[in-house]
Amino acid sequence: MLKPNSPASPTRFFVKREPVFPKAVQGPFRRFKWLVMILTLGIYYVTPWLRWDRGPYAPNQAVLIDLAGRRFFMFNIEIWPQEFYFVAGLLIMAGVGLFLVTSAVGRAWCGYACPQTVWTDLFQHVDRLVDGDRNAQVRLQAALWGAEKAFKRGFKWSIYLFISFWTGGAWIMYFADAPTLTVDFWTGQAAPVAYVTVAILTATTFIMGGFMREQICMYMCPWPRIQTAMLDEKSLIVTYKDWRGEKRGSVKSAEKNPGEFGDCIDCNQCVAVCPTGYDIRNGQDIQCITCALCIDACDSVMQQTGRPRGLIDYATLDDCEAERAGGEPRPISKALFHTRTLIYMGVWGAIGLALLFALGTRTRIDLAVQKDRNPPFTVQSSGEVRNDFTVKLVNMQARPRLMQVSLEGLPGGTFWTGDISRDAAARALTVTVPADRVAPLRVYVVAPAGTAPQKFAFTLRALDAEGGGDRSEVRFDAPRENSDDDEGEQE
Amino acid sequence: MANNKRIDEPTGIETVGHEWDGIEELNNPVPRWWLITLYLTVIFALGYVVIYPAVPLANGGTQGLWGWTSRGQLAQEMAAGAASRKAATDAIAGMPLDQLVKDEKLLQLAIAGGSAAFKQNCVQCHGSGAAGSVGYPNLKDDDWLWGGNANEIELTLNHGIRAADDPATRTSLMPSFGKDRILNPAQVGDTAAYVLSLSGKHPKDAAATRGAAIFAVNCVACHGTDGKGLRQFGAPNLTDAVWLYGGKPDQVSASIHKARAGVMPAWNKKLDPVTIKMLAAYVHSLGGGEDFTTATSAPARGSPGNAQTK
Repeated sequence: MLKPNSPASPTRFFVKREPVFPKAVQGPFRRFKWLVMILTLGIYYVTPWLRWDRGPYAPNQAVLIDLAGRRFFMFNIEIWPQEFYFVAGLLIMAGVGLFLVTSAVGRAWCGYACPQTVWTDLFQHVDRLVDGDRNAQVRLQAALWGAEKAFKRGFKWSIYLFISFWTGGAWIMYFADAPTLTVDFWTGQAAPVAYVTVAILTATTFIMGGFMREQICMYMCPWPRIQTAMLDEKSLIVTYKDWRGEKRGSVKSAEKNPGEFGDCIDCNQCVAVCPTGYDIRNGQDIQCITCALCIDACDSVMQQTGRPRGLIDYATLDDCEAERAGGEPRPISKALFHTRTLIYMGVWGAIGLALLFALGTRTRIDLAVQKDRNPPFTVQSSGEVRNDFTVKLVNMQARPRLMQVSLEGLPGGTFWTGDISRDAAARALTVTVPADRVAPLRVYVVAPAGTAPQKFAFTLRALDAEGGGDRSEVRFDAPRENSDDDEGEQE
Repeated sequence: MANNKRIDEPTGIETVGHEWDGIEELNNPVPRWWLITLYLTVIFALGYVVIYPAVPLANGGTQGLWGWTSRGQLAQEMAAGAASRKAATDAIAGMPLDQLVKDEKLLQLAIAGGSAAFKQNCVQCHGSGAAGSVGYPNLKDDDWLWGGNANEIELTLNHGIRAADDPATRTSLMPSFGKDRILNPAQVGDTAAYVLSLSGKHPKDAAATRGAAIFAVNCVACHGTDGKGLRQFGAPNLTDAVWLYGGKPDQVSASIHKARAGVMPAWNKKLDPVTIKMLAAYVHSLGGGEDFTTATSAPARGSPGNAQTK
């Protein structure tokens, strides 16, 4: 590589980007990449359009992040803001999951599933579709601007833009009812934030997928840097078996001087197919996202030249050492499980089980009581003492529910609400809480004259078959015993 | 000084010619992105100076093409706010209060608007929690001097109490029994004892008996034979637990001695009818508001608008 202060490049402190024109390649890993691409893109584009019947009171979109309504729907799970720890838990699982994948199969995330990889791969297919394969691309890049080049570039960038636009357009579908939003979007009635989001994501996809490509991985992404700390000699990496390949020489040279050359015929196919333009024969590097396309390329060359496959292959450094020393190649499956993998798997599974447990046992009913503190109490004309509360009944189910609110403690106390008159005051009242809603109630609690300040509780009970309930302890304020002598009766 | 320019060998770039203790500086050009940003800000500033008020002159300054002022923007935003509330305020304006208290959604809007208006106009006397203080009624309890259904509250808000500038105001005047020598101090004390005995705060002793006689002569016209007050006079119920000016013997004596005549402004001079209606809805919602039905069946209740007294 380039030395910063070498005379040859007097003022250059960064490597100028070498354009990468990866060659098309066939093979099992390429087929696997196609599969992953179809799966991930399919999930991304199709998910918002899946429907899920939740009854008349909730949206019927299977996956919906309703920011305005503060609800997150995912199939039969509905998450309220106060249950956001489920999302936090999922994110932690995703993080630990990345560790797990990395410790088992190295940078598989980077190589196959990362959106940057998937979209870059997609855009590189567009390149081949419009410009032709590697050689044609190199020629076109070097060609002077003319009608053909302008047309091809314009055509290619239009496709880029089209893909980018659909990428941004699909994103917003997760945040509103997809069919409605689509109509609104095209009729100019969607919220400005929808257009801004689409514009931003279109621009980032266009720039990052179309032009920055591997530079994102090499210069911007933190993940390859974290992974350099996480990979060890037990991690699966894509590696070149130099003891078998060196010394490199063409097929003809090898025929002339048998025994002098290794298996590598220096055909450069592994570099030609690499989406980041790296030469894997230099060893593991941040630039290698382990997409394994070089394995496909090398294997087909080995097949053509009648040599055994696997000159470039998935292997751990430990296995390489063993193999170099003359041992048998170890199957990949044996590299998957080692101590670190099992620990990560345990952590990942434990969090997952804890989340599932929490999900299974969470209540869909809640009671929150807020006491009026100004004034803490009101003396009624009858001498009774009144405390006012805002009681929130939370119904997280997608159907209206009949609930009973009652007092616990506070002898002689009764209450009424803002919706009913004082005459109907009682120790327990039933309320129908609308579906998927927090029903705030103004509650007036009166206790007989002379009631001392004390604690009491509101209890909530669902009166339907599902049942469930909640309880909230609060304070009842009252004038002190000898209030005749103080300012307590200024009402 | 800047004549020691030379080409720096490792980089091939000219130095600026200064040298400090052997340290020199390369004359690198300013980065292009920085320059472009600078030019963009210059272009922006030129446009800004033309469009917005910018250059101070002897009398004021340039107005700018768009005629923008911060005061104008405020007026615009206030108008936009009023316009966004218009649908709700129109609906509230068009609905009588006895209907409004039954329209749950509109009532919530009215209460919210009333709560905001209350914080601007009413908290000075009635307190931020509407709990009042000595001489200023607690609006949360169920004791109302002039009536506690939403219409009565609206009337009180509109015309005030003993408001000098409103002929339709609610008014009444209790004589200063002690100060004007109608009763002597002992008689005032006896009357206070009787009044307190009505709610059990004083034993029915000799003083209370003497006071009962005085009460029967001087007080029943307004406070009623049973002492429960008459709302058409704003005369308080003396048998309950709520004492506007305090319920201790000396406080009650003081009330009899010099009389009380609390004053509230007539708010129709300052607030528009919708705001007053929303305030009425808010005060009515505080927990002591009376239903229209209970109010009509209450024994001592003035009819709305019947405010003249004496």
